[in-house]
Amino acid sequence: MTVTGAPRAARDPGRPPRIPRLITGSAPVSLAEHLDRYGPPPLRADRPAAGRAVTGLIDEIDRAGLTGRGGAGFPAARKMRAVADAASRGGTFSSVGAVVIANGAESEPASWKDRLLLSRAPHLVLDGVALAAEAVGASRAYLCVHAGPVGPAAGPLRDAIASRDRAGLNRVPVQLAEIPGGYVTSQETALVGFLNGGPARPAFVPPRPAQRGAHRRPTLVQNVETFAHAALIARYGADWFRAAGTAAFPGTALMSVGGAVRRPGVYEAALGTTLASLLQRAGGPAEAPAAVLAGGYFGGWLPLPAAQHIPLSDEALRPAGASLGPGVLVLLPESSCGLAETARAVRYLASQSAGQCGPCSNGLPALAEAMEWIAYGRAGAADGLSWAQQLLRLVSGRGACHLPDGTASMAASALRVFGADLHRHLTRGPCQRVSRAGVLPVPRPPAGAS
Amino acid sequence: MSPRRRREPQRLQLNPIACEAHGVCIELLPELIAADPWGYPVIAPGPVPQQLLPLAQRAVNVCPTLALLLTRAG
Repeated sequence: MTVTGAPRAARDPGRPPRIPRLITGSAPVSLAEHLDRYGPPPLRADRPAAGRAVTGLIDEIDRAGLTGRGGAGFPAARKMRAVADAASRGGTFSSVGAVVIANGAESEPASWKDRLLLSRAPHLVLDGVALAAEAVGASRAYLCVHAGPVGPAAGPLRDAIASRDRAGLNRVPVQLAEIPGGYVTSQETALVGFLNGGPARPAFVPPRPAQRGAHRRPTLVQNVETFAHAALIARYGADWFRAAGTAAFPGTALMSVGGAVRRPGVYEAALGTTLASLLQRAGGPAEAPAAVLAGGYFGGWLPLPAAQHIPLSDEALRPAGASLGPGVLVLLPESSCGLAETARAVRYLASQSAGQCGPCSNGLPALAEAMEWIAYGRAGAADGLSWAQQLLRLVSGRGACHLPDGTASMAASALRVFGADLHRHLTRGPCQRVSRAGVLPVPRPPAGAS
Repeated sequence: MSPRRRREPQRLQLNPIACEAHGVCIELLPELIAADPWGYPVIAPGPVPQQLLPLAQRAVNVCPTLALLLTRAG
């Protein structure tokens, strides 16, 4: 007997949802409403012993082609299988089981889809957590969110977990964990480090969390949206999931669309949708557009209108120097200076270094300075450009986490896409637009960040 | 490290958190390891050439923070 959704879908009261699949209303969905709409999650009637993986769901997620929605886009089934294998391999950990972590600590400043998903459809996420815990043979789970005002309201999430406990739907104990703010604190090894009682800082891999993570057990870390998709794949099957999106990048993704659009917000889009059509859904440009940042602060700038027909998928965005990332689009108007915007973002990212790796803690502040020199320096700042280009090469791939790589990728895309501006800045000094209020959101570093 | 594994292609890997830029590896193995502007090692990509393996192993052994590793290439 397996946990695949397709045969059970026929018995479900609700019809398979069309797009939007994940967030369907403007109010939080209670457990009763959730069960009314989707039916109960197809958990096994007999609870498997901890450490015994149930692989039917993993196979179905594999067929669905679900990729992680937290930014890296790694195949979800491969991650789950690695954890299930490690948990069932025997030895010390087989009897205590694996750990599941749902990552809702949304650090990307221009993204708010995880907080929206957790506040509107927490049970879809928690269904996915219970199903994944069963699939990988886990004995406990965590829902990680940022603490304080930058995170979602913790009370309703605790209530949602408690209501599922009463209904017997959690399968394993689920604990809400509040992670300190900061860009790198939600990196998966940082979550693991925090749950193990240390600081929320990225760690060197190996060991990967799938091998040895929280409580030194095999640990599955996935973005909360990934779990929500998994909960629907378990019910309606891989074919249903693949009915949206492209063959190579199936399904839908929650996209945070911000900047100079008329209706900034979170939109669920089929992968493969063009940038232009998603921007149109967000009301279209509020003023003449210059470029769009795709993939958030680890992504890249794309020129408009040249890039407007690029489809939303890593396959199409990466060769263009951007990415899908955690589903972020920020529209930059012509009235803003892309170089100044990038300099501000790079300065913010430099402030987010955990200070653990020399090339990052030295290189990112230097890169921020070089980008500021280019954006705000007097004419003749060509030295700043060659220093910036040298730094881009120097920091890439040299940290324990991807903060230096992501920052370099975004800065490099600015030097490429805003080439005409760059020339003007270098020959004539800063343009008037540098003094405009920033379009990219740049949070203040939390107190205590190093 | 077993003699058999020693013959397999290996590459140098750095734990950037452990590295404190003592620079011993840069002194020992300039053929493969250069210093960045802050004194941290930059390792040439790719497997370690056979004739440099003994030196690479020595650089691994003498790193004061155990930040340098020889791992199987691939």
